[in-house]
Amino acid sequence: MKLLEVKNLTKAFGGLKAVNNVSFTVEKGEILGLIGPNGSGKTTTFNCINQFYPITSGDILFKGKSISALKTYEICKLGIGRTFQVVKPLARMTVLENVTASAFCRVASIKGAKEVASEVLQFCNLWKDKDKLAKSLPIGGRKRLEIARALATRPDLLLLDETAAGLNPSELDEAIDLIIKMRESGITILIVEHIMKVIMTISDRIHAINFGQTIAEGTPEQVANNPAVIEAYLGEEYAQG
Amino acid sequence: MKKNVILAILGIVFLAFPLVIKSDYYQHLIIIALMWVVIGSSWNLLAGYTGQVSFGHAIFFGIGAYTAGILFSKLGISPWWGMLAGGISAMLIGLFVGWVCFRLRGPYFALATLAGGEIFRLIATNWESLTEGMVGILIIPSFESKLPYYYIALLLAAGCIFAIHLIMQSKWGYYFVSIRENQDAAESLGINTTLYKNVSLLVSSLFTGMAGAFYMNYMGFIDPQVVFSLHYISIMSILVGIVGGVATIMGPAVGAFVMVGVQETFRSAFFGMAPQWISEAHALVFGLLVIFVIMFLANGIVGDWGKIKRNVFRIKASS
Repeated sequence: MKLLEVKNLTKAFGGLKAVNNVSFTVEKGEILGLIGPNGSGKTTTFNCINQFYPITSGDILFKGKSISALKTYEICKLGIGRTFQVVKPLARMTVLENVTASAFCRVASIKGAKEVASEVLQFCNLWKDKDKLAKSLPIGGRKRLEIARALATRPDLLLLDETAAGLNPSELDEAIDLIIKMRESGITILIVEHIMKVIMTISDRIHAINFGQTIAEGTPEQVANNPAVIEAYLGEEYAQG
Repeated sequence: MKKNVILAILGIVFLAFPLVIKSDYYQHLIIIALMWVVIGSSWNLLAGYTGQVSFGHAIFFGIGAYTAGILFSKLGISPWWGMLAGGISAMLIGLFVGWVCFRLRGPYFALATLAGGEIFRLIATNWESLTEGMVGILIIPSFESKLPYYYIALLLAAGCIFAIHLIMQSKWGYYFVSIRENQDAAESLGINTTLYKNVSLLVSSLFTGMAGAFYMNYMGFIDPQVVFSLHYISIMSILVGIVGGVATIMGPAVGAFVMVGVQETFRSAFFGMAPQWISEAHALVFGLLVIFVIMFLANGIVGDWGKIKRNVFRIKASS
């Protein structure tokens, strides 16, 4: 079943087309990796999916319905959660308060929201830090807080924007475990990632873009051996060699 | 437990105050301070908790005051109904102000509210058929004694603080603080930030409007220079919040008493003990006080209470 369909998505900033006619689908239950060199339009694609930016042309369908005219908060209510590459913690709130605030997306009562929040914090291994202010967390904790907040909104589809960037090797393994755990709990994941160890291990399929355009799609092995992808990452000589 | 005891003692002190201190003058000061508790707490809900700093709370104060005054002088409706009507009309104006100003963020929102306050002052000055312009509105106060006013102001202040306390414990409270901390993150967590900023503004304008209507009833006279004043209302609301402690429940209450106290001390030239020219300097002293608070107590008296206890009281204990 197609959970998310991105159809001919184009986003222009003035004359610059940051995303140009990109199409892909995310099947229910899978992990789709979105890769591409710096500035290729991955984060812009995310920002278009949750309507942070209004799209220039094309359409985005979630569960078969167009969401391209909705507001960001409505998209979250429909079941798309996201994390930010540049983390945006609610700095002067505790970790528990951060997650409780987003749990109100599905539960009305304060008691219910706190229950959801504690459950999610335990799931993300943040429970021991629940009373710390979000601004006092190290980067690994902040990245996990991003995920916890998104999870507390009970998404069907989770957009992860470079969750593993800037983590040390042991944090990296924890992050991979967490992502696999989330998939096992039934959440579909669309992930942008630069770290190949992460994206190649966990993705079912990979969609590669460069200069805002699709250059390849397939299983991790297919994409890794695709000449266009190698060229985009390493230069022309490697692609030929 | 300790908190409840303190609250109970405070309650008894405030209930008993006018029965013990019979002086009209001191009762008047406390009434004005209680009114400022309401305005400061309302400002704090919007600016301190929701992060939308308003430089235009005089809009709501003035609308509340004028609603009560006009209803009485033109239609003969009791000014006590005016308190309700004043709150509601301030809310309606709040809806309009929010619709215009919430398109802007941060300092731009603050500037828009600043301009808004001046616009409403000019409207009230020039729309003479409705507001009597600079002549102002004069009504005969309902009571001669200050006691009824005192208890009404006390009820309004306690009600306002309690309502804000409840709001901050609820989903609204979480949403307000999330919006303050990061509006983009809040939006992507499913929070309709425009809606909840308006909710915060409406609650804030309701209480400020009621305070304005109370002022009309109590003082019996208003004109645009007083109730729509940038200096005496809008800036004073900010000072009350900052001095007492932004984003704390009791901060604006403490700030209100401190600011009214400082203002009166200087206005009366230290209760007549200092030369008259001192009273001219009260604006200067306000400025110095704000500089002092920002430098040493950035979170206000309540927000930095721990720091005050550590520094001031330890020095006392050791000397």
